[in-house]
Amino acid sequence: MARLGMVIDTRRCVGCQDCVVACKTENRTPHGMNRDWITYAYQGTFPALSLTIQSERCNHCDDPPCVSCCPTGASHVHDWGGVVLIDHDACIGCKACVASCPYDARYIHPDGYADKCTFCIHRVEQSKDPACVAVCPTRCMHFGDLDDPESEVSRLLASRRHHAILPEAGTGPRIFYLE
Amino acid sequence: MTDLSRRRFLQVTAAGAGVAAAAGGLGAALGAVRPARARGLRTVPTFCDSCFWKCNAIASVADGALWKLEGNPEDPLSRGRLCPRGTGGVGAHADPDRLRAPLLRANVRGEARWTAVTWDEALGHIADKLQTIKARYGPEAVALFSHGLGGTFLKHTLKAYGAVNVAAPSFAQCRGPRDVGFELTFGEGVGSPERTDIANARCLVLIGSHLGENMHNTQVQEFAEAVGAGASIIVVDPRFSIAASKAKHYLPVRPGTDLALVLAWMNVLVTEGLYDREYIAQHGFGFDAFAAELAPWTPEWAFPETGIEPEVIRETAREMARHRPATLVHPGRRASWYGDDAQRSRAIALLNALLGSWGRKGGFYQPASMTVPAYPYPPYPVSTRGKVDSPGKKYPFASEPLTTGIRDATITGKPYPIKGWFVYATNLIQAMPNQAETIAAIQNLDLLVVVDVIGSEIAGWADVVLPEATYLERYDELNVELFREPFVALRQPVVEPPDDQQPNWWIARKLAVKLGLERYYPWKTIEEYLDHRLRGAGLSLDELKQKGVVRGPRPPIYFEDGVTPSFATPSRKIELYSVQLKDAGFDPVPSYTRPEPGPPGAFRLLFGRAPVHSFSRTQTNPVLSQAMAENELWLNAAVATRMGLPSGKRVRLRNQDGVVSEFSIAVRATEAIRPDCVYLVHGFGHSSKMLPSARGRGASDAQLVTRYKTDPVMGGSGMNVNFVTLEQEG
Repeated sequence: MARLGMVIDTRRCVGCQDCVVACKTENRTPHGMNRDWITYAYQGTFPALSLTIQSERCNHCDDPPCVSCCPTGASHVHDWGGVVLIDHDACIGCKACVASCPYDARYIHPDGYADKCTFCIHRVEQSKDPACVAVCPTRCMHFGDLDDPESEVSRLLASRRHHAILPEAGTGPRIFYLE
Repeated sequence: MTDLSRRRFLQVTAAGAGVAAAAGGLGAALGAVRPARARGLRTVPTFCDSCFWKCNAIASVADGALWKLEGNPEDPLSRGRLCPRGTGGVGAHADPDRLRAPLLRANVRGEARWTAVTWDEALGHIADKLQTIKARYGPEAVALFSHGLGGTFLKHTLKAYGAVNVAAPSFAQCRGPRDVGFELTFGEGVGSPERTDIANARCLVLIGSHLGENMHNTQVQEFAEAVGAGASIIVVDPRFSIAASKAKHYLPVRPGTDLALVLAWMNVLVTEGLYDREYIAQHGFGFDAFAAELAPWTPEWAFPETGIEPEVIRETAREMARHRPATLVHPGRRASWYGDDAQRSRAIALLNALLGSWGRKGGFYQPASMTVPAYPYPPYPVSTRGKVDSPGKKYPFASEPLTTGIRDATITGKPYPIKGWFVYATNLIQAMPNQAETIAAIQNLDLLVVVDVIGSEIAGWADVVLPEATYLERYDELNVELFREPFVALRQPVVEPPDDQQPNWWIARKLAVKLGLERYYPWKTIEEYLDHRLRGAGLSLDELKQKGVVRGPRPPIYFEDGVTPSFATPSRKIELYSVQLKDAGFDPVPSYTRPEPGPPGAFRLLFGRAPVHSFSRTQTNPVLSQAMAENELWLNAAVATRMGLPSGKRVRLRNQDGVVSEFSIAVRATEAIRPDCVYLVHGFGHSSKMLPSARGRGASDAQLVTRYKTDPVMGGSGMNVNFVTLEQEG
């Protein structure tokens, strides 16, 4: 079974928010709520500075606390690709998942259910990249099967230094940032 | 990480994100259908108007409602990927602050009180006024300010009427000095899209150009490619820009001294013999005189001017030489900074010449376009009065008309009175320096017509406001692009306009008919016009409607691939030494004058772009305003601490002439800027009552640009010559 994940090249990323805007239009997220976002971390003092820009979203963790804490089974791991999804009809909006996520990836949709990144599963099922990956003008984002050693994401991880966000949370995040 | 959640962290670092703006009709446009259940999906190719880059897009319409915009994979510009403004272009259709009906001024100018009228009434009123002006002052007394391709048809109608004064702020207030600097050196400008071969550059030098924040799609894509390929990036900027964070060398130059740095770089290349001798020998004119003029500008001389250490100047010059000719010293875009901008741009052109990058791979390529014949119109009336903007060739090297020159003539009535302004898709109040002068000029007008999609500040001053259909709702002139790969592209309607908005071609044609100029419009429908033009190129409207873009054969684009070098200068060579500048009383080789300092304790006011907005035209777009709802004032962290102004504190800016920003702006205390300047993103701080969803969000730099230094070479407006102090909000 595939284990879908993302590899994002922080060297190429310019933090333009195209991924954020594309997700918003593709998935029609509610006004003021986003499934992905950018962080900008400056280090040093002027002019000896460095800046790390990261496009962030649900990590579709290997061991997702949002799934294990869900009282109704609405949060679940999809059969294909191990993508973490939410069955909106089964969700009671209790917010346990929102609290359990170390990445703060979830919000409560105005219609009453928890919502977050789906890796654009509706596009992936049509062999398209997620909207954020497909739009990126810097081509800094890559999507694929982390379990396939021949995939682009695996080859990138094998060839470059990289990190995940909050690996110490122990959830097995699947978004990796090339340094 | 701290105990802040990541989303909270986001709000701190990218403040403004998530701040709710008026949602307007977005729900209707975007929320109606969930993608999984989307039925009746259709796609329409067209090209973008979120900025002037004109990327080709594919629009998706689900159940009759506009859903999304994606790049057309066949498009050489976007290469299938739109920028955030293009992606968020759907919000232009759903903008809550759109103009919805023609408006006639109901009270005094500037009060923005209106009577909604029919198109027939509005255009009838305009035609009457135009006839009166023509009878009293001649047709030359009507000027047109127009930005972008959409102005084509209005320009045609007004030229048929007899107008001759047509200008855009994109020249004098933006790229004009750059274009003239390159024209004086190589005989031609860099064009738009710029002929920069960033993708193949091994060394890229950015001087105040903040690619990545300045989101010209192809350039940013190529920039990322260059970064990914390990190109050596050198960034010169008073602010640690996004581009600076990718740089091998970041040079935090003192504002206003860039020319000193460029002169010192050239001094090093010549003194150390690192320049491209063969290329200069073959193509250069006046090298010896040029080299002699450079002698005083040593790195040691430049150090106290620029704040850049001599060894850093030498090392970066050598770095450029190591990679030549694939070293691209980027010409930038808005170059209207300090009033000596044409000469600074010429120095950048000369530096490129020394590196042999003009015409070479990794430098400046030779662009090409397809041949699409113009529509055969009757000739326009001929005027004997000339244009008003540069009387007596006051600015001898102005290669396009000057907005400020037309404004001056409107104020003074000399060389002849200007009594009518047409303004198309450009917000002159925010685009031109010194708003008081613009308003003074407007008071002398008998007619001010604004054609636009939103009611910007200039619309507030109009006598008649005409609501245009957005680019997603109209046909437009063809884009016959001059680029590394030639193509022709079609803009076509994706959805219907929501109210009584009309496309520019319809407005222009209807006005011509009212003016009795119908013979200038032999075509009845835009489809007829477009098909006629396309058939002249062996294509058809049907084909373009299907494909959106048709590419032509790729010609050679580099000297090394067979492009014959040619330079349209007086010497037919690259003019290292310019006799024509000397003859006109200017420096034949650029020389440096120290910029005037500001009042003690004041910060130089700098401004630039954000990737999610274009000019002052997108702040009401409900998709883009979610990504950035207001601007912030970048203030050096140490200075901010000293002044007791932490991030988020709201301040107003007071400039050297006592003008205080109408709205407050949040401080962004940051290490990423020098202590002697402040920076904000242009386009915010709207004051128009017709833009309720953007009004009062952030501060407007344009309001504070009361001073400008006119470039004597070409009449550009140097606008980075204003200084501000900060006043804390109560």
